[in-house]
Amino acid sequence: MKLLYFAWVREKIGKTQEEVTPPDAVTTISELITWLETRGPEYSEAFQAKSSINAAIDQTHVSHDTKLDQAREIAFFPPVTGG
Amino acid sequence: MSIRVQTADFDIGQEIEALRQERTDIGAIVTFTGTVRDMAKGAPITSMSLEHYPGMTEKQLEEIMAQAHERWPLQGSTIIHRHGELRPGDNIVLVVTLSSHRQAAFEAAEFLMDFLKSKAPFWKKETPVEGEAHWVDAREGDKDALTRWDKG
Repeated sequence: MKLLYFAWVREKIGKTQEEVTPPDAVTTISELITWLETRGPEYSEAFQAKSSINAAIDQTHVSHDTKLDQAREIAFFPPVTGG
Repeated sequence: MSIRVQTADFDIGQEIEALRQERTDIGAIVTFTGTVRDMAKGAPITSMSLEHYPGMTEKQLEEIMAQAHERWPLQGSTIIHRHGELRPGDNIVLVVTLSSHRQAAFEAAEFLMDFLKSKAPFWKKETPVEGEAHWVDAREGDKDALTRWDKG
């Protein structure tokens, strides 16, 4: 699956996007975050404040307990501040 | 219905004319323009950069606009949101709503702005005159503003 990062999540991880293949046991957004945190200090730093991390699956806002199912594109970003 | 996400500025008069054209059945045109303030948390800023999520931004704005057209008898609407580098005084966002009566046009414009602020994936980063650039924190009040549109 393709992961996208925006704003300070992108800056902390140091990437705009990447392709990942998480293990089968990873079935929700929350589990995906926990798995990403094991990948390096930049990830654990980016995901430290979980309540400030918003997620989208295939460009729709979702909560952390949402199942990944057949997600192609998952994005992580801070609360939005447009307008 | 028109949605644009662009770096270029916009002309409010032109946007109104583009919606109105030759129609004579429109009774009310409401516009809202959001602009870059020169101060943030009491300190002057030199610039603001706006990042967004191409694809999701347009999708969210289209959904919000479709909801507004379901709730109010609108005869036309436009949302333009800029991204990239902006300076104090620059335009950020434009919402235009057309209806035969003012109440629908006013309410729909407020609804569009309230939802845009909490759903559209944009992020602002401000560069102060002194110190480092920082990401703008989301305001709790923006989320609270949505609850008034809940259907009872």
